Amino acid sequence: MLYREAGDFKTSYRDDGQTFPIRLDRVAYYAVLIVAFLIVPFVINDYWANAVVVPFLIYAIAALGLNILTGYAGQVSLGTGGFMAVGAYAVYKLMTTFPEINIIIHILLAGGITAIVGVLFGLPSLRIKGFYLAVATLAAQFFLVWLFNKVPWFYNYSASGQITAPTRTVFGLAVTGPSTSAAAKYLICLLFVFILAWVARNLTRGTLGRKWMAIRDMDIAAEIIGVNPLSAKLSAFAVSSFFVGVSGALLFSVYLGAAEVGEAFGINKSFLVLFMIIIGGLGSIFGSFAGAAFMVLMPVVLKNLLVGQFGWATDLAAHFELMIVGALIVFFLIAEPHGLARLWALTKEKLRLWPFPH
Amino acid sequence: MDQLVFAAEVFMNGLMTGVMYALVALGFVLIFKASGVFNYAQGVLALFAALTLVGIQQGQVPFAHLINSIFGTHLEYFGWTVPVVLAILLAGAVMVLLAFLVEKLVLQHLVGQEPIILFMATIGLAYFLEGLGDVMWGADIKNLDVGLPQGISESIESVSANWFGYGFFIDRLDIWAAIIAALLVTALVAFAQYTKQGRAMRAVADDHQAALSVGISLRFIWVMVWSIAGFVALVAGIMWGTKSGVQFSLSLIALKALPVLMLGGFTSIPGAIAGGLIIGVGEKMFEFFIGPMIGGATENWFAYVLALLFLVFRPQGLFGERIIERV
Repeated sequence: MLYREAGDFKTSYRDDGQTFPIRLDRVAYYAVLIVAFLIVPFVINDYWANAVVVPFLIYAIAALGLNILTGYAGQVSLGTGGFMAVGAYAVYKLMTTFPEINIIIHILLAGGITAIVGVLFGLPSLRIKGFYLAVATLAAQFFLVWLFNKVPWFYNYSASGQITAPTRTVFGLAVTGPSTSAAAKYLICLLFVFILAWVARNLTRGTLGRKWMAIRDMDIAAEIIGVNPLSAKLSAFAVSSFFVGVSGALLFSVYLGAAEVGEAFGINKSFLVLFMIIIGGLGSIFGSFAGAAFMVLMPVVLKNLLVGQFGWATDLAAHFELMIVGALIVFFLIAEPHGLARLWALTKEKLRLWPFPH
Repeated sequence: MDQLVFAAEVFMNGLMTGVMYALVALGFVLIFKASGVFNYAQGVLALFAALTLVGIQQGQVPFAHLINSIFGTHLEYFGWTVPVVLAILLAGAVMVLLAFLVEKLVLQHLVGQEPIILFMATIGLAYFLEGLGDVMWGADIKNLDVGLPQGISESIESVSANWFGYGFFIDRLDIWAAIIAALLVTALVAFAQYTKQGRAMRAVADDHQAALSVGISLRFIWVMVWSIAGFVALVAGIMWGTKSGVQFSLSLIALKALPVLMLGGFTSIPGAIAGGLIIGVGEKMFEFFIGPMIGGATENWFAYVLALLFLVFRPQGLFGERIIERV
């Protein structure tokens, strides 16, 4: 009774085709937006922004991107870290070469550059499938990281080989560089999350998304009914890489401030984002957010619990964290292979009947 | 001329490294064939096996760090050392136990799930084992010595010095690794072809349901295959551990074995060996000829790019089963 579609009548095609057709979903969505845009920026502090909220928003974009590729189009990718590095280095080169142009344009351009690189590495997907493709995307991961390490032009010949984000402003408010306030970091990330999540939601329920899902379910059958695998697979790679590139650009410029490619964008990043979408739920926008929240929060909670509460040595706690992360992933896969999104759907199902379950 | 002799030496060393890669890839192929699981944890299995071996050999107290920090004790060593052969047997027993637990706690619950889910589960397993290995035996770098000969092989050096006027540098450990790998592969092939369990294993690899219907216990076969993979991991762990110390980076050899698998095909034992040799030689030769021109350290990605280009022309790898799709 709390959650229902019944009685929510649509009288025009416009109503029927809106992003959230169910009234309660719509209300909840607007409520979340109001809290996120109007309340959180005033109460957020440095600890929460840096430890939880900003990484959550940034990884949510990456998870959305990978979910489009893996969850919707069915192409498993282990190259996310490499593509994030492309976004980060692209935004760095743009920021330092054209300092007078607004950073938001730089970040979008960085996403575009990553999309081109993604399509390039997506080309083999037309021939290679399944695990062979997953391993093939590792080629992107290792090659790109090596490239950014070895070619000094990418890091402007700096002695340390690191890239450091200069201060840039949006409407007079610093969003990158050391003097950025927590609220500014939060707002710029939120802006991108808001727009990109909306884009992802509408892409995946439109023509393009249906083509992707047809390819995912069986590519030969999809080809027979008239889906062009070339354009469907490559567009999935392009859109996914755009998202991942924007996320990498934000991770470097807003969150980290300075980055070294092997450390910040190594293979562990690829696995982290993959875990997010598996735990959150493949082929679900909500799942991408849930997974990102889970994977960002868990280490923070564990660290506070083990080091803060029990007073263990940090190295022991770190090893335990590995064990717990691993065990939790296995547990989740056994208990609910379709992820948190499926749990959420089940909850809604229960709420629909509550309090009369029969 | 000099260049050619150097290249020949690089070629030999590449072959030896390739054997080591093939050793890890072998474990992957065994599990993939028998259960369709793409086992990312194979590298960590090798690390865990090597850590366990060193721990048993030196009489370390397992979980010493954890016990100390909970009870405030100062345990570290039992104060005895275990003979090599016994230690290897005990470590092998631990790997069998681990195989049993993995089947019981993880695989059994994931029967019939999609391959990607199983793959993710093995990544989770890899994280877990990495943490467990560190908690159990400590994270410091350990020396592993099981009495394998090491250092430059003088006989090869003197023979090659006579022939080419230049002594080849080839590590004796690599030669031993090649011999042991050859023995291991022969033993595995013999096991698969001529024993009852081996036949059952091949039947399961061919078709799970058909194998079940003629009364083969899937669970037993899985435990067996994971035990064999654990044993292969132990051998690989001993080789790599002796070569470069037992430490976290040992688990990264799994990443080296993946392109080997792609090249050779996921389902073929000869493919794993051929792929290992091609990648081993290829990356060493590339680093030798092209590496200096583009900044070196190409070994990290060359294998992947090679495998990628290769797959574009032959999507199932060198010896993999032909992929047939029906609508």
